[in-house]
Amino acid sequence: MNQKKEPLLQMEDISISFGGLKALNEVSLEVYPEEIMAIIGPNGAGKTTLLNIINGFYKPDEGRILFEGKDRTRMHPDHVAALGIARTFQNIALFRGMSVLDNIMMGRHLHMNAGFFSQGFFWGLGQKEEIKHREAVEWVIDWLEIENIRKSPAGMLPYGLQKRVELGRALAAEPKLLLLDEPTAGMNLEEKEDIARFILDANEELDYTIALIEHDMGVVMDICDRIVVLDFGNKIAEGPPDEIKANPKVIKAYLGEAED
Amino acid sequence: MTFFIEVTISGLLAGIMYSLVALGFVMIFKASGVFNFAQGAMVLFAALTFVRFLEMGMWVWAAFVVTLVAMIVLATAIEWIVLRPLVARPPIILFMATIGLSFFLEGFGQGIWDNQVHGLDCESVLGIPDIPAGWLMEKGLMISQFDLLAAAVAAVSVVLLVLFFQKTRTGRALRAVSDDHEASLSVGIPLRWIWGITWAIAGLIALVAGILWGTRLGVQYSLSMVVLKALPVIILGGFDSIPGAIIGGLIIGSAEKLGEVYLGDYVGGGIENFLPYLLAMVFLWFRPYGLFGREIIERV
Repeated sequence: MNQKKEPLLQMEDISISFGGLKALNEVSLEVYPEEIMAIIGPNGAGKTTLLNIINGFYKPDEGRILFEGKDRTRMHPDHVAALGIARTFQNIALFRGMSVLDNIMMGRHLHMNAGFFSQGFFWGLGQKEEIKHREAVEWVIDWLEIENIRKSPAGMLPYGLQKRVELGRALAAEPKLLLLDEPTAGMNLEEKEDIARFILDANEELDYTIALIEHDMGVVMDICDRIVVLDFGNKIAEGPPDEIKANPKVIKAYLGEAED
Repeated sequence: MTFFIEVTISGLLAGIMYSLVALGFVMIFKASGVFNFAQGAMVLFAALTFVRFLEMGMWVWAAFVVTLVAMIVLATAIEWIVLRPLVARPPIILFMATIGLSFFLEGFGQGIWDNQVHGLDCESVLGIPDIPAGWLMEKGLMISQFDLLAAAVAAVSVVLLVLFFQKTRTGRALRAVSDDHEASLSVGIPLRWIWGITWAIAGLIALVAGILWGTRLGVQYSLSMVVLKALPVIILGGFDSIPGAIIGGLIIGSAEKLGEVYLGDYVGGGIENFLPYLLAMVFLWFRPYGLFGREIIERV
């Protein structure tokens, strides 16, 4: 646990409504450096909305977001990415027509700055840069064990591999904060174990800070340091896995009122 | 035989001119997945602006640069007013927006300039007279210098565009944007900036195409109709392929000229005008994605 450190991301009293629906109601949470934090909750609890707010797709109606101590409540998603926040999507948002290599290369987009001519004609800075980024991308590809599909169009891959490529794209950006929206959704047991291992390794070997949404309680309880539970837009609990498992409010949210 | 070569070459050269117009469509389609109905209006607007500046007594290059600036301003305005509010909407909505834009641009262009027919003199604009090239005459081929220059201009544009799309960071970002808006934003691609660039490049292509076609046909309202010839080209080549636009243009150009000369007589002539569309229709049966277009495979 890293509770004593300064939080990397702080959300204070975040509220957002869509029409009459209050999707999030004064939710506050922190993400601390080098931890894996999970956001869980029943369907419609506002988990993805929360991620979309961190990521800048939605602007909160009320509340404040601090990243590395600086206010960044109202920012465009591309600026958020430039701050060092990368993410994956629940329904997979890959560049379907591009190769796996190009997809992961897109993760390096913000790290490149050579001009048209040096890139177009592959000389000077453009050449040096391309080689450097290609090395970084190949490293990610090796790390995720997807060497054999690096030239395949991303859209043609099976679901589990697409999820892995998406993770690769996020990792290639070398983000300070990695957001994962249901990284194991729709996978079989073996694929889930693979992804869970990659997430753990990213945290332990590469020191990434990770916030994830996940429905598979087995995965959540195994890999996360801390859990935040949402229900109907409200935060109902927060704590380490063991506490959350025993929390009566959480059990109620998931299973309904116990009758005995 | 010489006649056959001559017809083929003049067909190919005409085809390159179609390609140039088609490239404008392909640019926008690649970057936003939208068929830009207003491309023809942009060609007209660019040519009209250019010719009017010339008539005011500007030098050719000065007029070119000023018009280019005008096209970039226009592109930025389009991005700002029309596209920005429509980010992440379905392509059909964006398509409808471009239809509206096309009517607006045609009216606006003729409103601020005028609706007369303006001649663009080949010699004073491009620096060469529109006569057969001497060095080819010696070999017995009658090929217009203007056609050769137009082809060279188109070829250079194509090479630059291919390099831009395939090799540069911005080009890669453009391809990414056409695949997925949200994913692009999440890796830090500024969508609006990218769209601005795309429309500015489409504006530049429209200007080049407008000058070349304007020289051929005169600058007037019907210039916005040359884009109709670009439709079979992109159907043949694929909506999102730059090489496709080129090859498609060459095929259409040579097919219509050869068809007219060798088949026209059997059906009473004048087939040049509809042969391209016929080809495109037949082509759609066999390769609905075009020669080089990206096949989109839906899994059931």
